[in-house]
Amino acid sequence: MARHIVATISEIPPGGNKVVEIAGRDIVVFHVNGEFFALLNRCPHEGAPLEKAACVARLTSPEPGVYERSRVGEMLRCPWHGWEFDMRNGQSWFDPKRVKIRSYPVAVERGEELQKGPYVAETFPVHVEDSYVIVEV
Amino acid sequence: MSEVIDRPLRDDEKPAASKLRIVDCDVHPSLHSVEDLNEFLPKRWQQHLKEYGSHLRTPYLFTTPYPRSSPLIARRDAWPPTGGPPGSDLAFMQKQHLDPLDVEFGILQVLDLFIFSQQNLELGAAIQRAINDWQLAFWSHRDPRLKASILVGQDGVDLAIAEIERCAKIGEYIQINVSPRANEPLGRRRYWPIYARAQELDLPLGIHVGGYGGHAPTGGGWPSYYVEEHQSNAHTIAAQLASLVIEGVPERFPKLKIVFIEGGFGWIPSAVWRMDQHFERFRSEVPHLKRKPSEYVRENFWFTTQPIDEPDEARHLRALIEWVGIDRLLFSSDYPHWDFDDPRFAFKTPLTEAERKKIFSANARAVYKF
Repeated sequence: MARHIVATISEIPPGGNKVVEIAGRDIVVFHVNGEFFALLNRCPHEGAPLEKAACVARLTSPEPGVYERSRVGEMLRCPWHGWEFDMRNGQSWFDPKRVKIRSYPVAVERGEELQKGPYVAETFPVHVEDSYVIVEV
Repeated sequence: MSEVIDRPLRDDEKPAASKLRIVDCDVHPSLHSVEDLNEFLPKRWQQHLKEYGSHLRTPYLFTTPYPRSSPLIARRDAWPPTGGPPGSDLAFMQKQHLDPLDVEFGILQVLDLFIFSQQNLELGAAIQRAINDWQLAFWSHRDPRLKASILVGQDGVDLAIAEIERCAKIGEYIQINVSPRANEPLGRRRYWPIYARAQELDLPLGIHVGGYGGHAPTGGGWPSYYVEEHQSNAHTIAAQLASLVIEGVPERFPKLKIVFIEGGFGWIPSAVWRMDQHFERFRSEVPHLKRKPSEYVRENFWFTTQPIDEPDEARHLRALIEWVGIDRLLFSSDYPHWDFDDPRFAFKTPLTEAERKKIFSANARAVYKF
């Protein structure tokens, strides 16, 4: 597993995402509620690009007419057929055992720490004063 | 009749493994704005639309009775970067859909302006005529892969026949589209002059499911949810199939080709079995039928594939396809709508190369004579 520097934290605004190519794979990195999540940019159903997914809340209901929202922005809704996935681990909401999106570990580290390690900087030079999003593939 | 598939299937016959030029029988172009139609719409009707707007059979103006999953029922990735609604930008449609999926022919299905629901029949006919001209000018003439249909409203039969004659002279249209939800069931004799002309011209009759006809979309009334309403597309089309067959349309017009679009096909086997069973019992009620309903279905009707049913086990989809008939199915994507089917991934069941060729291309080429 190699660690790849894919963005500065300011490059992916809250609610936004960035698509990066690592080792031949399209990976999309989301920024939600101060956290970053990296997933394969492809719905396991028919291959829709997840960068266009809606970032929605988890919606539950104890009975018809009563709705509860939680984890706002952390659920992905596929841009084509509306399949829902948990951004945190790629699990589908409707069939978590069988259907999931491949997800990757993400870290945020300061530039001064990155100076030491054997990381792969894809697209830009690293400045010690910035913080960076790291995806492990 | 469908072929018998008599050899065992191999697990490695993955649909995505092969690449075929495809015929996509359901592509939705959209008006960039209503003004696009002005060059085809007489001033009188432009003014009418401004002053009175549409008079529809639907209960609400400028909307549908339920929110429908996503704005304009579109894929979220199908909004053109140049602005305008999904399906309104040819260059973007080429780049996103026609080129990468290797679409050899795409059949246009226009849904704008509630085209089949206009209660003012003359306004409806004017809009249909304008849309028919717009399909050629904005789409077919700019990309010869895209094929246009003659859209008519069958509740104004004389107006529909006049428009069919006008378009048939132009000679570029490949089918006649009528409403999936007319004022009466589609088998009624008041609509037969259209079917007669379609048979004479050898133009398939296209029926794209959806929209509202003024009646509740299910036999049980108005649904509460979109997911419930969407389910009703299958009921609606099954009812229309029964009406056309049992009222005698294919018996009277044996060479008429009827294509149901966007109704899927999972419901067909049980609908056909039931019709046959009832026909055996109640034959004397409908002596005008000379053959079993299933025989008419297997000779006069075709069904586009989307939205494809997705049983848990691939072999069940395979069995379903065989029940319906490999030669009855025409691939459709429904681009750019939310329930789009990607031809590389939607058929999650083993098919031979010959079968794939039929469903993805040859059947449609035969029906539409490409």
